[in-house]
Amino acid sequence: MSDVAESAFAYDKTFDGLLTCVFDSYLLKRKPQRLLAFDEPAPLFCEVAHTVATDEKKAARVWAHLEKKMTELALHSLTVSWLADSITDVDELIFRYICKMIDSPKSIETNFGDADVLRLSQVYKQVCGERLRMLQFLRFQKTADGIYFAAFEPRHNVLPLTLDHFKDRFADQQWIIYDLQRQYGYMYDLHEVNRITFAADNKIAQDGLLDKSIMDADEQLFQSLWRTYYKSISIESRRNPRKMKQDMPVRYWKHLTEKQ
Amino acid sequence: MNAAMLDKLKILAESAKYDVSCSSSGTVRRNNGKGLGNTVGGLGICHSFAEDGRCISLLKVMLTNYCIFDCAYCVNRRSNDVRRATFTPAEVVEITMEFYRRNYIEGLFLSSGVMQNADYTMERLVRVVKDLRAQRFNGYIHLKSIPGASRQLITEAGLYADRMSVNIEIPTESNLKMLAPEKSYDSIFQPMKVIHQGVLESHEERLRHRSAPRFVPAGQSTQMIVGATDDTDKDILRLSSAFYQRPSIRRVYYSGYVAVNTYDNRLPALKQPPLVRENRLYQADWLMRFYKFKVNEIVDDTYPNLDLEVDPKLAWALRHPEFFPVDVNTACYEHILRVPGIGVKSAMQIVASRRYGALTFFQLKKIGVVLKKAQYFISCRELPVMGTINELKPEKVRSLLVAKNTKKGLEGQLELNFEQPVQLVTPY
Repeated sequence: MSDVAESAFAYDKTFDGLLTCVFDSYLLKRKPQRLLAFDEPAPLFCEVAHTVATDEKKAARVWAHLEKKMTELALHSLTVSWLADSITDVDELIFRYICKMIDSPKSIETNFGDADVLRLSQVYKQVCGERLRMLQFLRFQKTADGIYFAAFEPRHNVLPLTLDHFKDRFADQQWIIYDLQRQYGYMYDLHEVNRITFAADNKIAQDGLLDKSIMDADEQLFQSLWRTYYKSISIESRRNPRKMKQDMPVRYWKHLTEKQ
Repeated sequence: MNAAMLDKLKILAESAKYDVSCSSSGTVRRNNGKGLGNTVGGLGICHSFAEDGRCISLLKVMLTNYCIFDCAYCVNRRSNDVRRATFTPAEVVEITMEFYRRNYIEGLFLSSGVMQNADYTMERLVRVVKDLRAQRFNGYIHLKSIPGASRQLITEAGLYADRMSVNIEIPTESNLKMLAPEKSYDSIFQPMKVIHQGVLESHEERLRHRSAPRFVPAGQSTQMIVGATDDTDKDILRLSSAFYQRPSIRRVYYSGYVAVNTYDNRLPALKQPPLVRENRLYQADWLMRFYKFKVNEIVDDTYPNLDLEVDPKLAWALRHPEFFPVDVNTACYEHILRVPGIGVKSAMQIVASRRYGALTFFQLKKIGVVLKKAQYFISCRELPVMGTINELKPEKVRSLLVAKNTKKGLEGQLELNFEQPVQLVTPY
């Protein structure tokens, strides 16, 4: 078992599971190079050395140690980076970062000369950037029963990070925000925000567009007002579509009212 | 609300679009849980980007584009034959609220042509912002102050708006007199002073009572048109620098002159707006605000205009080779900031990281330093690849960096061919 080039831990791909991996790795005095899901086949020349049973107590002990050493912002960057689900090896990055943090006598969070610290700060920036894009480019459509509905397909799983913002901003209107890619959403009913899922065959869960029959009477007017405004505000002699696409990438256009 | 609104909105957005101010930052306005909207942590959100690459953060409209003034550079001057329209205050309130509810916008930027007289117009503007706040709208409101409006009305408007602005438009008074005979510096500076005093008074008042009302919490901004007159960059930047000495002035915007009134002989006939010059002015503005540069270091009597080929920070570095090379592992933050190719974020990361060990070129590159530029101006514990500015001489470094740009094709807005001198129809 010890002769293979790489070793791997298998775990349940939860954040507590990841912290348990750290705990077990110090317990077994063995650093895995790879972290795999239970059903994931091990890559070539790599062997699953240990199967981790997620344990909240172990996870809490690791977290408590990190809390002692790191600033709140750095801790936050760990939990935020965890949401970067379109970077497949982000858990291995966080694992390495935590191990380096434990091994070092003082916090390494500002050592951007270290490849993992720098990479984690970049992933954190990427997730925060995607969150910002969601705050920018989310568009609500009003339904006949007064609920504002918006669909979005963020690159990372950032929907939970945006809820506080939308809850505060649109406190006096009911809304639903739905992540079409991950097929879940949140609904605000003027009191609290709850997680919801639509049935998979629901049309709304597929393309995120409201059918005209369930739209508010004025919805189409305001949509065309917005499109009119969008066209009129641009100065023809300064046309610069490249800059526009740079700041508002084409992949968001699908759900933008002004780009329909 | 009906389809006729489409036409009105089109006219009034088109007449407002030459105002470049777009920011929705600099203030925090919390939602109490019952109203609509908030203004988040001092950061504005850009909700869309128009075809010309400018951001759309606020609903930028005019209340009316009828105007009694006849300023040469303005599309809405009374002698222009353009379609005119007027919103009622209630219409602006409704569109703003409905757009905001759909997450289209961050708030309202309201401006207006002058109807009848300054006070009549200002009164209507004040009514819009007052109504919006009465309907518990907590979004951002940027209100244009009308030149010549009474002190009372400005003071009232300041209680509801987040930011107010008066556009100076032309950086020297003689040129303003020529292009806008009905305006004077006095009619522009007067409302600016009223706002400035209001901000200071409210600030002092709030030190004593926390519940004292806020007055224009996001401060004021102003705008200058670039390229409509023969003013040099020195005139423009000296004025900006003087503005930034006043704490209530947060931003000065520069607007490349778009030839809207080509028939007017007092104006130059530009084929395209001077976009590169505008870009350089913004870069110089950034140097003054975030890089601790003094205006005299950027432009002076020997160099009254900014270099269009290289950015002002690089231009300064080329004029001051004795300042370099800067050792990134020992130099202070202010000195690192002066290196072309190192921005505020990279400089802060360098200062934070070097405590753990000396930084190498490879690490600097990873951090985000533009080594293509910075390599001639820094030293770290490695041999420089190309030699520093002192070994190569500034002229050589300049030609290396400029050649690189042209080979690749200038980026973004810079690719517009704008090297020819401005063609004037009549000499000044």
